This record gives sequence, C-alpha cells and structure tokens, in this order.
Amino acid sequence: MAKLVIEGWIEVSLVYVVIGFFPLFLSRNFRVLFLIFLMRLESHLSSKAFIGFHYNLPPVLALALSSFWMEFLDANLELKEIQKLQGHTDRVWSIAWNPATAAADVPTVLASCSGDKTVRIWEQSPSTRSWDCKAVLEETHTRTVRSCAWSPSGKLLATASFDATTAIWENVGADFECVSTLEGHENEVKCVSWNASGSLLATCGRDKTVWIWEVMPGNEFECIQVLQGHTQDVKMVRWHPTMDILFSCSYDNTVKVWWSEDDDGDWSCVQTLGESRYGHSSTVWSLDFNAKGDNLVTCSDDLTLKIWEADITRMQSGDGYAPWNHLCTLSGYHDRTIFSVHWSREGIIASGAADDAVRLFVQSKDGPMNEPSYRLLLKKEKAHDMDINSVQWCPGEKRILASASDDGTIKVWELATLC
Amino acid sequence: MTLGLINANPVVHAKKERVAQQLSVLSEESITVDEKLGRILITFTPTIQHCSMATVIGLCLRVKLKECFPPHFKVDIKVAPGSHADEESVNKLLNDKERVAAALENPNLRQLVDECLYSNEL
Repeated sequence: MAKLVIEGWIEVSLVYVVIGFFPLFLSRNFRVLFLIFLMRLESHLSSKAFIGFHYNLPPVLALALSSFWMEFLDANLELKEIQKLQGHTDRVWSIAWNPATAAADVPTVLASCSGDKTVRIWEQSPSTRSWDCKAVLEETHTRTVRSCAWSPSGKLLATASFDATTAIWENVGADFECVSTLEGHENEVKCVSWNASGSLLATCGRDKTVWIWEVMPGNEFECIQVLQGHTQDVKMVRWHPTMDILFSCSYDNTVKVWWSEDDDGDWSCVQTLGESRYGHSSTVWSLDFNAKGDNLVTCSDDLTLKIWEADITRMQSGDGYAPWNHLCTLSGYHDRTIFSVHWSREGIIASGAADDAVRLFVQSKDGPMNEPSYRLLLKKEKAHDMDINSVQWCPGEKRILASASDDGTIKVWELATLC
Repeated sequence: MTLGLINANPVVHAKKERVAQQLSVLSEESITVDEKLGRILITFTPTIQHCSMATVIGLCLRVKLKECFPPHFKVDIKVAPGSHADEESVNKLLNDKERVAAALENPNLRQLVDECLYSNEL
C-alpha cells in the first residue's frame, strides 16, 4: 500500500515538474497568468484536508520552477535595435509617436524635429514593417525645431522652434500643411504640449514664461494666459494625462505645477518642487507620468531621477489640489546629464542621457514594505554615438522604444527576451 | 592648438581697447583629454573676477574644440575655481548644450565668436 502511494506520488510530481517548464513556451502575458493559476491551484490543494504533504509538494515544485523561469527570462531582457532612421542633417532634439496610430492594424507614425530646422514624419510600411520617411516639413521654421507633439486625435502636429514661434501642422492627404503659427514668446520656444482632451496647448521658452493657448474651431489658437513664476529658462512643459494640470521644468532647478480651479478661472502656480523639498539641485530637463497618473518621474542635470506621487483620486473627486510628494531618488546610475525620461504603460521607465546610453528602470519587488523602490532593469551602452536627447515608448502594444540623438539619427528598439 | 586658444582672449579684449598682451587664460595643465572615453575637460581663467566676456570666451572654446576633435567627443568647460565671481552660473551656462546651441544660432553672437577665432593668425 505504501509502495503504491510512493509510486503515485512520483508520477504526480513528474507531471508537475513538466508543468513547471511551461513558462518557457508561453509569451510574457500568458506567463503571468500561468503563474497566477498555479498559485491558486497550490493554495486550493493545501487548503483541502488531504492526507499529508505529498499532495501539496508537487504543485509547490511546479510553482518554484515557474517562478525561477520567470526571473531568469526577466533577467535576460535585451534592447534590440530594429532600425536606424537617417535623414536629418543635424542633431535630432525630440521625437513623438502619433497616438492615433497605436491601434493594432494601423501602421505607426513617428515625428522627429532637428537642428536642421526641419521636422520629419516617419511611417511604418505595412508590408516591410520598416519605417520610411514619409514627409519633410521644411521652409517654415527659420531656426532649430526643438520639440514636436501630436494632438490626442493625431490629426495635428505642433512644433516649437528657437525662432520663437510654434507651428501647427495638419495632415492633408499625403502632405502636411502649416495651418497656424503661434507667436508671442520673446525668444526660443523650447517645448509644446497638448492636454488630454486636445482643447489646450502649452508652450514654454527661454523667456521664463509658460503660455497656455485655447484650441478653437478652424485651427484658431488664442492665448488665454501667460504664466510667470520660473526665474530661468523653462525647458519643458507637460500636461497631466487625465486632468488639466500643467507641469513645467526649468533651468532654475524646479518643477512648477499650474492649476486653474474653475474652467474660466486664472491659472496659477499651486506647487513648486524645489531643492528644499527633496527636489533637484540642477536643471530639470524632462518629466513624465505613469499610466494611472498618480506617479511622476523627473530627470535632471544633477544626474538623478526622482519619483513623486500624489493622491489624484482626491483631486479627481473635486476635493481641491493634492500636492505631490517625493517618493524616491534614483542616483548613482547616470554619470552625465539625463535629458529625457518616459514611462511606459507597463511601468518601465526609460531614460536617455548624455553618456550615449539608454537605461530602463522598473519598480523593485524587494525592498522595505512601505517604501517603493526602483531597480535598473537594463542599460544599453553606446545606444547612439552621441548624446541622447529624447526617448519615447510607442503607445501600442509591443515594447517598442524610439531614441533620438545628437548624431542625427533616430533608433527604434524592441525590448525582448534573449531566449 | 593650445597657443591658439591662449591668443583668443587678447582678441576679445583688444576689441574693448585694452592692450593685447599674453594673458595667461589657459595653460597646458588646464586641459585634460581622455581619448579612450572621448572626454575633454578644459578650465580657463578669465583675467578679472567680473569678466563680462567669460561666457563668450567659453563659447569660442567650444566652437574651436568642436572643429579640432571628432564629433563624439564630449567637452566640459569650466572657469578655474575661484577665478570668477559668478563661477557657478557661468559654468552652468557653458555646459548647457541647449543654451550653447541657441546662442550660436544668434547671428550677432556668432559673428563675435567667428571674429575672435578667425580674425587673428591662429
């Protein structure tokens, strides 16, 4: 009787060990689901009043094996270069993926702007799956084009230039036409950003101001307010992904948060993330939000990334402004200025720096209970030959990342497992 | 090349009608080149504590170095510690590549830099 029980146990164990190898053959999303299934099965079996441990052990073995494969596969991620886009004749400052082309069967479109005063539109060919330069937007800006941003609908592209203007382009057939030019800044415009609904536009520049424009029918734009407050050059502006709150980063080492209580009210600076409150100690170059919008990451010339959080459910329910608090600082990973940071929908933070490397960070599972911490997932050294100015995750499903550099090229990467 | 850079400063000051002289703005020791990493660190000493041309000199240095070295070399320019009243702000400005790029697109500033670098026998 005992012999039969032992033999049965060995067979069952073998079956479970085989099951433990399944993650190797599953795609990433299925691996996670599979692990959850195994955990449920294991806890179900151990909760039943079976005779002895041998009914629980095989599933536990399978679970251990699966977890091992998951960790192993996660550790063997690489950033694979899919394509190098060449064409610009000067450094590429900024890139932007068209949000409307994130749908499954629509080929992705990428816009890039450069020191060569042009903007290039790259479209993925459905047949070859490679990106080709579809259009060159030239003869409009008379100086470096510093930043570009698509409207949420994907129909309009805004470009900010050192010539102190912001141009709005519309996709008309196979071409792009400049339908409006926003003037007002005293000198170089450094960044442009659309809010989530596409009803507002924000620009910032070396004149230390942030301008908010209202988008009106017929491609008309009206400046509704000029925000003063920064004491130096404003490098970047970005709207919150779900609420109409504006964030600006500056050479004065601070990030300012601008908010308007009512729809028609005045915008004012409701918070400054400065050095005294765990802020950066040098120029803040860029910031981005996580998918939910309750976390913010900022990058700076002080060689650190900082993560901030806020109680946005409180804000969304109309309870007034909820301040942003410093969560953690990622230091020691970069040895030169970090120019760009972007948070993927899955939660991977990509950074582009002046040491030619792209780094990816994820939230760490180990670490003290209440303190979220981040770890370096991977570092791609020599991603480009020169400084990286911008990194942007593709809004679609696949883990595609684009990077732009001083070397005049844009590279498209895929985050994939080695095996 | 070092000698050429040393001479840049007198040209700038000569425009302000000062006597051009061997001003020890730079010396061999104040330039560190790491060819393997592709990095250059250069420190220069403005002639006076409140030299208003410090940023222009820094710009001239950047333009000259960009010509002499391959494009992937990274240049850090600083004023010698203690040699200028606004040391920190000058350093920050000279090492902000966006500000440098925008400055060099300014025709007046570009002309000044070009004159400093090319109007002399360098």
